[in-house]
Amino acid sequence: MGRYVIRRLLQMVPVFIGTTLLIFVMVWGLGDPVAAMFGDRTPDPATAAQIRHDLHLNDPLIQQYWIYMSNVFKGDFGNAWNQQPVTDLLKTAYPVTLRLTIVAFLIEAIVGVALGVFAGLRRGRFFDTGVLAMTLIVVSIPTFVTGYVLQYFFGVKWSIVHPSVGEGAPFKDLLMPGLVLAGVSLAYVARLTRTSVAENTRADYLRTAVAKGLPRRRVITNHMLRNSLIPVVTFLGTDIGNLMAGALVTERIFNIHGVGYQIYQGIVHNSPATVVGFVTVLVIVFLLANLLVDLLYAVLDPRIRYA
Amino acid sequence: MRGATRVKLAVGVTAVALTAAACGSSSDSGGSSSSTGGSGGGIVRASWGDPQNPLEPANTNEVQGGKVLDMIFRGLKQYNPKTAQAQNMIAQSITSSDSQNFDIKLKTGWTFSNGEPVNADSFINAWNYDTQLKNAQLNASFFSYIDGYDKVHPDTPGAKASATTLSGLTKVSDTEFKVKLNQKFALFPDTLGYAAFYPLPQAFFTNRQAWLAKPIGNGPYEISSYTKGSKMDLQKWDGYKGPDPAQNGGVELRVYTDNNTAYTDLQAGNIDLVDDIPVTQLRNVKSDLGNRYINVPAGIIQTISFPLYSSRWSSANSAKVRQGLSMAINRKEITDQIFQQTRTPASDWTSPVLGSAGGFKEGLCGEECTFNADKAKQLIAEGGGLPGGKITISYNADTGSHKEWVDAVCNSINNALGNNTACVGAPVGTFADFRNRITSKQLDNPFRAGWQMDYPLIQDFLQPQYFTGASSNDSHYSNANFDKLVNEANAASSTSDSVSKFQDAEKQLVIDMPAIPLWYQNGSAGYSSNLSNVALNPFSVPVYNEIKVK
Repeated sequence: MGRYVIRRLLQMVPVFIGTTLLIFVMVWGLGDPVAAMFGDRTPDPATAAQIRHDLHLNDPLIQQYWIYMSNVFKGDFGNAWNQQPVTDLLKTAYPVTLRLTIVAFLIEAIVGVALGVFAGLRRGRFFDTGVLAMTLIVVSIPTFVTGYVLQYFFGVKWSIVHPSVGEGAPFKDLLMPGLVLAGVSLAYVARLTRTSVAENTRADYLRTAVAKGLPRRRVITNHMLRNSLIPVVTFLGTDIGNLMAGALVTERIFNIHGVGYQIYQGIVHNSPATVVGFVTVLVIVFLLANLLVDLLYAVLDPRIRYA
Repeated sequence: MRGATRVKLAVGVTAVALTAAACGSSSDSGGSSSSTGGSGGGIVRASWGDPQNPLEPANTNEVQGGKVLDMIFRGLKQYNPKTAQAQNMIAQSITSSDSQNFDIKLKTGWTFSNGEPVNADSFINAWNYDTQLKNAQLNASFFSYIDGYDKVHPDTPGAKASATTLSGLTKVSDTEFKVKLNQKFALFPDTLGYAAFYPLPQAFFTNRQAWLAKPIGNGPYEISSYTKGSKMDLQKWDGYKGPDPAQNGGVELRVYTDNNTAYTDLQAGNIDLVDDIPVTQLRNVKSDLGNRYINVPAGIIQTISFPLYSSRWSSANSAKVRQGLSMAINRKEITDQIFQQTRTPASDWTSPVLGSAGGFKEGLCGEECTFNADKAKQLIAEGGGLPGGKITISYNADTGSHKEWVDAVCNSINNALGNNTACVGAPVGTFADFRNRITSKQLDNPFRAGWQMDYPLIQDFLQPQYFTGASSNDSHYSNANFDKLVNEANAASSTSDSVSKFQDAEKQLVIDMPAIPLWYQNGSAGYSSNLSNVALNPFSVPVYNEIKVK
């Protein structure tokens, strides 16, 4: 187990270098950020040259990457488009997005699995059909539509919640954005769980458990659920990263100053430091979430063992 | 965007239930945060965007940072929020006998909010700092009229500065200094209301980083707290002795991720003032806000500029094609349909905010800027047809929703010419890339251009854009007669002479049509019923210090 974890951690190093280089090159390819700083006015050449020099924009790409990465290992992620240190942005944006992700993840996991289990146990009945139809609707509506609609009705028309998230992103403000963000994933989780549960209800080991006379609760939680959850856990694990990275639309709609918003700003203002900094941390989150999922397999399914 | 429209539809369907719900909730909308209003001392909660640059006067060239500077600084002159006239603020008098040497006398008693006096040094030191090449200030070029600029800020990339102070600035006493320009410029005093010319306290020079974290100025407000990327609290500065103290207790600027969200918050009562109404809400804004919606001209003109350096547009006959294209655009229809009258069809190259005394002249462009499909077709044919049989109009696709109107302009041209492929839009991914292509002369087709005035002068609309070799002459237009008239205008002895000379120069643009004037942009804003006396200045920024909170 320990050796497995170490091997996986070592594998992350080339992945890390590869992704950061790729992102760096792509943002660099967007073009020269200096022209945009002057708006519709033509930059005066001397000032533009001075700014390019300060930002190392005249050095070859690979050297810029080297300067950037060596600074990163010193804990300096460079400056964002508005001269704010990216580390400051990371410090303020990640906790906010993390809170949003936690809210969305809890909604997704708890409601999704619960709906899936009940639907799976009542396969073909009214509740099951209802869940299937509802999830289909949720999957087919784009996030920004659900976002604006919920915001308008709950925030403006009925004034039940704040339509936008206030300073510091308190949890009560994050409920609605969390629901919107979790929506599509929730539907997938419910459907995955339902299929898996429905399949396992007819498995041999489950019939044995029932025949042994085990109480129904124990049959469902220990025997059926544990086996049914493997595909769901895989999905939930990778979804942590997706929720963090994919909150771009939701964060814009609900005024959440999180990761998605900062990455968007970085792209619009052509700031490699912002984009690479944020994506680097996201990459680490993805890698760790994947590792966690793989380790969870062993917990759920005794047949899986890592050497 | 489409979501919002659907919302409105849904509202109609379930109108009864909603009306009931809305009535029940209107009293408590906004929750706890709306209880900030007190008599006279209320706080204005206003929407904001992250300033793009550090909040230094000469490094701020966009409206979000400009808003803050407007509140915490006062300069030698101040533009009247209603008439756009430059009026003396800190300046007691600015006089010149030859339009080149200016004598600036200051009023006494002005101080920065940290107690430092505002004197001649506050200006001279600031202007020197702003100009120095090593400080890489985005607005450094505004000082280029001052004698000695080329020594402090040589224009060729890589050149080293040979001086650190502008030789054209001489201190006479604490309340008087002289400015020598390197050319005649009659309207120079009127430019001094621009943010780049604000004074700076000694505190700025001793610890710039600390100053940037919490700027100190001499205006009606002082910054009480600033959380970058999130919000800024400004409070009324009680020590302010100027003629325009704040009428409210302070302003809370909140950064919004999206102007749609800010608008939604305004509807829900969570914010009092939104100064950027999203295009998608323009259809509803009148019914949502009634007379709390402001839509007034701002000093912005949109044009389609031509790359006159390209062989496609450099021939003598090509001016006829450009005139023809101008006449093929149905400005009125586009401003009505797409912009919901938040733009006004343009008929000259300036802006209505200048007023007729300032040089705006409606209809100066004449029939060349009036829609006339038959004449357009005829002119383009006379000019040899569109180069290569078709044109594209470049625009940046990332901000500003330009696609809609560019497509409409092309449609209008195509309809006039009876050719469905004569004109198509050519999107460029990002604004940075778009500007790079323009400044590096890579385009050989027309491109969209917008010009926001720096100061309300006809000179600012014409000289930077159309004078030979001027800083923002993206078309690389060059005409000896135009240049001669501009030079005469700058050397004129009175403002009115100067303005009329500039208008003569502008008439040359009708003949050459280096850029097609499309429309004047309006500033728009909406506010809650908590506020009164809300207005936008000619720069489309709310006049915060005059807002009253109920």
